Amino acid sequence: MTTLIALIVAAVTFGTVLMYGTLGEILTEKSGNLNLGVEGIMYMGGAFGLAGAFYYEKAAGELASGPAAISIAILSAFAAGMAASLIYSFLTITLRANQNVTGLALSIFGTGIGQFVGEFMRVSEGGYVALSNNLKESFSATVFPDFMIKIPFIGRILFSHTIFFYIAIVLAVLMYLFLTRTRYGMYLTAVGESPSTSDAAGINITKYKYLATVIGGGISAIGGMVYIMTTAGCVWNHEGLSGVGWLAVALVIFCMWRPLNAIWGSVLFGAMMIMYLRVSVPFIPTELYKILPYIVTVIVLIFTSMRNSRDKQPPASLGENYFREER
Amino acid sequence: MEENYAIEMKGITKRFGQVVANDGISLAIKRGEILALLGENGSGKTTLMNMLSGIYQPDEGEIYEDGKPVYIRSPREAFSYGIGMIHQHYKLIEVFNATQNIVLGLDDGRLDLAAAAKKVKEICSRYGFEIDLSRKVYEMSVSQKQTIEIVKILYRGADILILDEPTAVLTPQETQKLFTVLRNMKKDGKAIIIITHKLNEVMEVSDRVAVLRKGKYIGAVNTSETNPQMLTEMMVGHSVSLNIDRPVYPSPQRKLVVEGLTCVDEEGITKLDSVSFTANTGEILGVAGISGSGQRELLEAIAGLYPVKSGSIRFVGDDGAEKELVGLTPKKIREAGVGMAFVPEDRLGMGLVGSMGMTGNMMLRSWKNGRGALVRRKEPENLAKNIMEELDVVTPGIDYPVRRLSGGNVQKVLVGREIAGEPAVLMTAYAVRGLDINTSYTIYNLLTEQKMKGVAVIYIGEDLDVLLELADKILVLCGGRVSGIVDARTVTKEEVGLMMTEYRPEEGRL
Repeated sequence: MTTLIALIVAAVTFGTVLMYGTLGEILTEKSGNLNLGVEGIMYMGGAFGLAGAFYYEKAAGELASGPAAISIAILSAFAAGMAASLIYSFLTITLRANQNVTGLALSIFGTGIGQFVGEFMRVSEGGYVALSNNLKESFSATVFPDFMIKIPFIGRILFSHTIFFYIAIVLAVLMYLFLTRTRYGMYLTAVGESPSTSDAAGINITKYKYLATVIGGGISAIGGMVYIMTTAGCVWNHEGLSGVGWLAVALVIFCMWRPLNAIWGSVLFGAMMIMYLRVSVPFIPTELYKILPYIVTVIVLIFTSMRNSRDKQPPASLGENYFREER
Repeated sequence: MEENYAIEMKGITKRFGQVVANDGISLAIKRGEILALLGENGSGKTTLMNMLSGIYQPDEGEIYEDGKPVYIRSPREAFSYGIGMIHQHYKLIEVFNATQNIVLGLDDGRLDLAAAAKKVKEICSRYGFEIDLSRKVYEMSVSQKQTIEIVKILYRGADILILDEPTAVLTPQETQKLFTVLRNMKKDGKAIIIITHKLNEVMEVSDRVAVLRKGKYIGAVNTSETNPQMLTEMMVGHSVSLNIDRPVYPSPQRKLVVEGLTCVDEEGITKLDSVSFTANTGEILGVAGISGSGQRELLEAIAGLYPVKSGSIRFVGDDGAEKELVGLTPKKIREAGVGMAFVPEDRLGMGLVGSMGMTGNMMLRSWKNGRGALVRRKEPENLAKNIMEELDVVTPGIDYPVRRLSGGNVQKVLVGREIAGEPAVLMTAYAVRGLDINTSYTIYNLLTEQKMKGVAVIYIGEDLDVLLELADKILVLCGGRVSGIVDARTVTKEEVGLMMTEYRPEEGRL
């Protein structure tokens, strides 16, 4: 039982990272932009998030407070993700460059920048970048009081997580409401389904695509920051972050472009990713565990394409650029 | 302004790179009038109307509404001037329902779908539309989608409506319904522009006809003072015979016997349900049906490209011996000595390789004839030259990528290649789709020529008027079933139209 609870808690920790990456990419893809640069964006989010918190503490010294550090980390990561997606948006929306190529390039560019910033901080600060223990704790502490966590079984499963998990859930619900209940969400869906239709209906395609992609990139980047500040223990660790962005892209497909699915989907993927640490079966190499999420994605793809319901398909214009006067 | 025109366009010019799509066109329409905008493909009709609806900007010229100059920079601005356009390819979001599509792009405060639905219902009852508002677009028929398009622009308060080839995909009955609605709107004082190239519809529904040719304005005439022959001459620039010869082949024989053909697609949906017919030599068998009734699957099944669940397809040789084709691949069919030619619907997808020249495309049929690993280029080259000369293919050279040729020339290359193989069965799907009148008639004549050579021709068409004139027999498909095989010389368009929409097996079997 304890093993199971520990597994779930660990799955949520890693799942939170994925959830940000996935939610951001869902928003981006809803506008018809397939941003394959999530990997790079999350690297940048991780490096800049850490940098934000680290330099804040350096400047504030003893006065540094947890909530402020968290806000600054979120904002720095968000800004980094927005900047990266802005490059992508400018190339694909304004200059109409191929989305796949641009996304892949952004992936390489982003991991490079992330590495550079991480290493630069390490070297310039004399070999080690880390927050003080005080701040570290505020990043990994939960927001709920002790007695709630002590409720048998469900206490740890529901209330023992970091604030980032709860923010992510709120974000998922908000995104769901935005997409299904509001005019702008409906228009965004329309843009992703058929830009020419939306254009003829008088919707500003460029505005929607830019906003969705840039904000989506910002959200994805927070995921990278959450990884560095929670799982990696506020230390620049590029190895753990590698592949997370790609997993988020797969997870978007798994969730069938629905934000609410992202909540349980990322926890499930998180569980599959950390299973090799918790449930070890002799003679099975850990690499086999690590491919589980991808296998599940393939299976989901097979099932959704077999049922072939129009509602479960990707946004119809995904990956295609729009040019009004194209003939 | 001597007369109060709803819209007046003056000296409109639009260029796409080197191509002048519209060259100094002037056009005017009054309220309470239906104006038909007539012209061949590529004559610039749609481009001109796209400038009214804000999709394109004119390079030169002015647009006046009620005598005042207007500048329409975007579709949204067009709506604010009361101009709405129904595009040939419907602009609807497939995963949305009718109401969502109708309110798309409107910016009037809070999103209230219930109130919108109520307003939509009022519009529907006023002009006599029937739609189910909660249904999603991907579950709708073409005619229902069109209805939504029209309601959508009426909802926006449009009083100048532009319809781009609205009848292209409708059955005769649906077309009549649409015309009734258009007349209702005309009585309501709306100005309606209908883009079309179907002359009989122009004569039936319009008050005035404006003709474009190759991007230039030729003139406008009152419908009551003109006739189809005159309009064609305006459209084409010279007189064209609008009659299709239908000679009778002296000794037709059975060539292709299809019995109980049933095909099921990957999702388990029955595409063809016990289809039986016989195609004879020296006969054009027309296939009519609403698009998606199984026409494509039928041809592909015969060509060995579509899996057959049950039934038989037999090819009758000259000696009367029958060969079963079900289960054979296209290659095996050819090796079995069955001369079959297939002109598919998707010319540049299934028929030709767009980035190769004519020679390369000829070689697709003959590359196996080479010795070893090398191909012979000489013969396909000669064939390409022949086709270019005989069918008047306009191309800078036989190695110029066919993708860059116009639709008509692409089709000539494809049909030319297929005929060159001297087939015994010639199958064509939508052979004249997107072609101008001249090329269409060239294709009709080619098909008739093949028929008189004793080829069994199967012709899938969408224009019923042409089917009735060109074919000898018409097979009508309705939802994958044969709802009748009728004599094209005696049947009427209305009868075929009815058979397309209702499956009544007891009727008219030949």
